[in-house]
Amino acid sequence: MNRSRVGYSVTGAALAILFLFPLLWSGWASVRTGSGFGLENYDRLFTSDNGVRPQHVFNSLVVSVLTVGGTLFVATLGGYAFGRFKFPGRDVLFLVTLAILMVPYATILIALYVLLGWIGLEDSLIGLSLVLVMFQLPFSIFMMRNSFEAVPRELEESAQMDGCATLGTLLRIMLPAVKPGLITVGLFAFLTSWSEFFAPLILLNSTDKFTTTLAVVNMRTASHGSIDYAALEAGVVFMAVPCLILFAFMQRSYVRGFTSGAIKG
Amino acid sequence: MTIVTTPRREQRAEQAGSPPARRRRRRQTRRAWLGIAYASPTAVMVALFFLTPLVLVGWMSLHRWPLLAPPTLNAPDNFTTIGDNELVRSATWFTIKYTVIITVLLFAVSLGLALLVQHRRRGVGFFRTAFFLPMAVGFASASLLFLGLLSDEIGPVSDLLRSIGLIDGYVSWTSGSANSALGSAVVLVIWRFAGFNMLILLTGLQAIPPEIYEAARVDGASRWQTFRRITLPLLRPTIALVLTLMVTGSLLAFDQFWILTRGGPDNSTTSLVMVIYREAFIRLDLGSAAAISVVLLVVLVVFNVIQLGVLRRRSN
Repeated sequence: MNRSRVGYSVTGAALAILFLFPLLWSGWASVRTGSGFGLENYDRLFTSDNGVRPQHVFNSLVVSVLTVGGTLFVATLGGYAFGRFKFPGRDVLFLVTLAILMVPYATILIALYVLLGWIGLEDSLIGLSLVLVMFQLPFSIFMMRNSFEAVPRELEESAQMDGCATLGTLLRIMLPAVKPGLITVGLFAFLTSWSEFFAPLILLNSTDKFTTTLAVVNMRTASHGSIDYAALEAGVVFMAVPCLILFAFMQRSYVRGFTSGAIKG
Repeated sequence: MTIVTTPRREQRAEQAGSPPARRRRRRQTRRAWLGIAYASPTAVMVALFFLTPLVLVGWMSLHRWPLLAPPTLNAPDNFTTIGDNELVRSATWFTIKYTVIITVLLFAVSLGLALLVQHRRRGVGFFRTAFFLPMAVGFASASLLFLGLLSDEIGPVSDLLRSIGLIDGYVSWTSGSANSALGSAVVLVIWRFAGFNMLILLTGLQAIPPEIYEAARVDGASRWQTFRRITLPLLRPTIALVLTLMVTGSLLAFDQFWILTRGGPDNSTTSLVMVIYREAFIRLDLGSAAAISVVLLVVLVVFNVIQLGVLRRRSN
């Protein structure tokens, strides 16, 4: 018994070091310079020819805000509809939404590129955000439907007795009750939109529309000669820090939301 | 508030004299319309950005569709030329090989981690967080991270292996040879996704009622027997889910090869999605890219449907 506990601790600790090491190393490498430690790598990240511009960071923020906002809006209303109302076509729409998961999105991005061109959203941050919202829907709708279903009927009924319309019930009674689900959905939407690479690569053409991820990757792919690895690691840290901070704050609800969704699935 | 409104409503209903059944029906119709209204943003998004492109990609695959000129019908040329495309053939084999390797290794590691941290023990929260934390880094960022980590210029890996005598001289992990490039990508993917899959498997493990383990213990079952006869069978739906996610994800591999190996050396790590990208935006032939997409899509949908069928039969 005791030996197995020691084995568990040693294995766990060794693996934890192995998993944490790359993260810690990238932080260390990003501040190491030829002579010691400093922020020179970050300086090159933001000033070199192919580097990151404030515009790119702004673009990333715009895409993240639009994606998180859009996902929360669509998934809240949709989850409320699927979880609390009966209407014709409900099950079909729900299944088709989940089917987005089954259709690999790399295969329809070529068509989305053409489609966005037709509706005047070519090379547009709004177009990119709409596509990212769509890719978030299967998980988000599923999550929000489960959250709304879990709210006790009496809560909704008493609100309606009080004369609340369904929208009022949703805003005043239901939203506070499904907050954990909303946080999980929003967090996922942010993490995806902030770090997504393939969709922006295809849907954005001009350099001044690039997101930060595209700009940092561009430092690697556009350089035919030597790669500035240290500046790249600075870029990695710059991209990862917001995600890690959010994750630290919300880990509990993230994991809890995840678990509840998975179990019900 | 409740006390005031309820009687008034009843009163009004009595005055109208409508039978409760019809009132209920009218209320149901009203709620159905409300439901449709609330579901309409979802419906619009799904129709416009999912169903339309799905049809469009099929339509495009039947045309010569240059990036900057009007399309012309040329079916089935885009499909017949797929077989002649040397790069498509090598990319297909590579993608399948990569998928098999990743699915086996990633599953083994994820299950191992899940079993390690399934019980409440000292340090378990820290271990779970440590294994899951790579997931907070975007996949493209993670690929760049490993590009530096494995590089000879600033990475510690080569130095470390040299100092313990496993390698000597200069090793270029990400572009030196086909195998080391593939290996680099495999290590990256395991590091990034093991924690995520661990978490899914963990939810499955924790859904197994403790009484069953208790009964097995009373019956004197060994640890291995318990694992074989109880854990694995009851975990089967979760395992199927995890395997599906792994296979689908691997068949669509792009970021890791685009960033880490650039598809090289000599196109040896060029995946199918990279070929799609190349057909569309380097050779500017959207029709051909759409045709490869359609084939990949059909394969994956068939695979998923079979997988779902197996899953459903087993859970019944």
